Amino acid sequence: MNPSPASEAGYATRNYLNLPATGLRSWLRTLDHKRIGVMFLVAVSVAFALGGFFALLIRLELLTPGPTVMDAMTYNRVFTLHGVIMIFLFMIPAIPSGFGNFLLPIMLGAKDVAFPRLNLLSFYIYLAGAAVAIWGMIHGGADTGWTFYTPYSTTTTTRVVPVLLGAFIIGFSSILTGLNFIVTTHTMRAPGMGWGRIPLFVWGIYATSIIQVLATPVLGMALLLVAVENAFGWGIFDPARGGDPVLFQHFFWFYSHPAVYIMILPAMAVISEVVCAFARKNIFGYKAIAYSSLGIAFVGFFTWGHHLFTSGQSTLTGGIFGVLTMFVGVFTAIKVFNWTATLYRGSISFKTPFAYFVGFLFFLVFGGMTGVALATLSLDVHWHDTYFVVAHFHFIMVGATVMGFLAALHYWWPKITGRMYHEGWGLVGSVLVVLGFNFTFIPQFLLGNEGMPRRYFSYPERYWALNVASTAGASVLAFGLVLVLVVILVSLRWGRAAGPNPWGSAGFEWNTPSPPPPENYHETPVFTRGPHEYHHEEPGGSPPAGPEPKA
Amino acid sequence: MRPDSATTAHLAHHFESLEKQQHAARLGMWLFLATEVLLFTVLFAGYAVYRYLFGPDFAAASRSLATWIGLVNTVVLVTSSFTVAMGFHRISIGDGKGTRNLFFLSVLLGFVFLGFKYVEYSHHFLAGELPGRYFTSTVNAGPGAPLFWALYFLITGLHGVHVVIGMTVLAVVGWKAGRGAYSREYHVPVELAGLYWHLVDLIWIFVFPLIYLI
Repeated sequence: MNPSPASEAGYATRNYLNLPATGLRSWLRTLDHKRIGVMFLVAVSVAFALGGFFALLIRLELLTPGPTVMDAMTYNRVFTLHGVIMIFLFMIPAIPSGFGNFLLPIMLGAKDVAFPRLNLLSFYIYLAGAAVAIWGMIHGGADTGWTFYTPYSTTTTTRVVPVLLGAFIIGFSSILTGLNFIVTTHTMRAPGMGWGRIPLFVWGIYATSIIQVLATPVLGMALLLVAVENAFGWGIFDPARGGDPVLFQHFFWFYSHPAVYIMILPAMAVISEVVCAFARKNIFGYKAIAYSSLGIAFVGFFTWGHHLFTSGQSTLTGGIFGVLTMFVGVFTAIKVFNWTATLYRGSISFKTPFAYFVGFLFFLVFGGMTGVALATLSLDVHWHDTYFVVAHFHFIMVGATVMGFLAALHYWWPKITGRMYHEGWGLVGSVLVVLGFNFTFIPQFLLGNEGMPRRYFSYPERYWALNVASTAGASVLAFGLVLVLVVILVSLRWGRAAGPNPWGSAGFEWNTPSPPPPENYHETPVFTRGPHEYHHEEPGGSPPAGPEPKA
Repeated sequence: MRPDSATTAHLAHHFESLEKQQHAARLGMWLFLATEVLLFTVLFAGYAVYRYLFGPDFAAASRSLATWIGLVNTVVLVTSSFTVAMGFHRISIGDGKGTRNLFFLSVLLGFVFLGFKYVEYSHHFLAGELPGRYFTSTVNAGPGAPLFWALYFLITGLHGVHVVIGMTVLAVVGWKAGRGAYSREYHVPVELAGLYWHLVDLIWIFVFPLIYLI
């Protein structure tokens, strides 16, 4: 992986990448949380590329009003594949299982997660689930959309059962990782690491883990019931046998709405770290950000009904769910105000991760506000199942979450690989991604508002111009993402050595060498300060000395 | 920390003390049990919804079950939980063989439970009291009856799977305890196996009134 001379200054040669061994076997059997994190990152990146490929197929098909490159049935399969891959294979595991695995123990001063074997098992369960789902997609492919709504999903002739089982299996990976992180945060903190000193990234991952552990079993059971229904006709969701299809929607969204927070909370967690590091300033409201993550995790369990506004639930129930949903907006706003207040009188260094932070902030606020609009019952009846909804959740899922993922990738790349990417090209990539994203999804807001329904294969000619704009934006976005990939891959071979702390960050993870040694710290660290404290809050101020080795 | 031979053998490299390691294991187990509860919660919620929609059909189908079998099985499971608790007590005073005997007794009681379940299931199969499209019974054949049997088999089936897993865990841990794998100082696997079995028991405590009594 690293052909440069071993003696290069700033590159720690005694690191987790080459110890205990460099062979494939040692990676596949590793119990090191850093290696497992890296393997997750590679796997989710492949999934992201695959899901992105299907997204481009969707946009290509919608380039013209009638059939463009595929028939309607293929189109249904393609958007299902896109949704299933992006949600279950990429977004849910991306930041927690990838970066969380790598960073959480280091940030807590631990040598590893609490259950390293379970951690590796989680990775293999993920691979197994992905294999089952992809096998189903190749042999038949579900055409239900990622939501698997009954009664269609129980009567369709496409091969929906393997896809359901794949998602069910991946759920266990998610549960095990969440369980591992909760226990690690409770029991593995190094001396001096009180609850008030836990880095905000860990707080976000911790809140995410609670949702993963408590919500995922419900999805697992619901998907299993659909599979039983589809394969054996037991009637649980079949109106012809007295079953209630809307009950499935309740079960499904009881998980899948909190799952939105499984996807966005880790991105918020990344941003809390990035904003401090590049404003060179302590976070404005540590407790406010930490507790608002828990607040989102909590209230997220009581908002699922906003997906059922038009499914025959009473107006009163709808109104209650609408108001509860708006609480998420309150907690999110608390975070946004704290991030922006952190910038005030900071010394901003406009590096690539910061560029993604700026994009993130815009997308989150825009996506969040349209979310509050959608939570308003009377408005949602108009927008329900239109491209307005598609644009809204892509602003959060792609806009905010992927920006968080890319910010994390650039911010922690030097720590993970020990190499710096090219800053100028990194910035070019970020600008392309942010602009391409805007061009893709802002037209979709307009399309939805004019009434274009989602998941349709063709559309009337009056929607043509905006669809062309959206497809053009998608190509810019794809080009930007490919550029990002090239830039970081090039750095693996030609990047200069990063040194332990290239950003001058106060985060604890920067106190270990880059790449970190297998045991993370040479000696058990003792923490004597908060995670985001900069002594000199003026231009060029340096972070304080890190955790001191035990005497 | 001053390590002694009994503890260092079980201490993983990334923990600073056995005490912390055992705390982590217990916390992890409790979280896992929470996920198990939520797994069953979906089925209980489904049962509640359909019981509300098809009250009389569910009541009739429920009354057709042999309450005495459910009652005997409840007693069997509660007794097995008692023997598991006693087994845990034996290892905490260092008696691995006692743990083994009591755990094996619990496994035996698990077989008794499954035996009664088999008697019940075969009766349902013969009577055509089956889920969804397989329902062929002519007595208590209201529109909600196939749904009752769907939920009945889902809930008791999933519980039965958990009983089998629990018995396997108890057998393995009991066997290892008999070979002296655990001691008075280190017996957290015995504790975790016991916790799992108690959960399986506890879920039945909810299943029994839900399906047989109300």
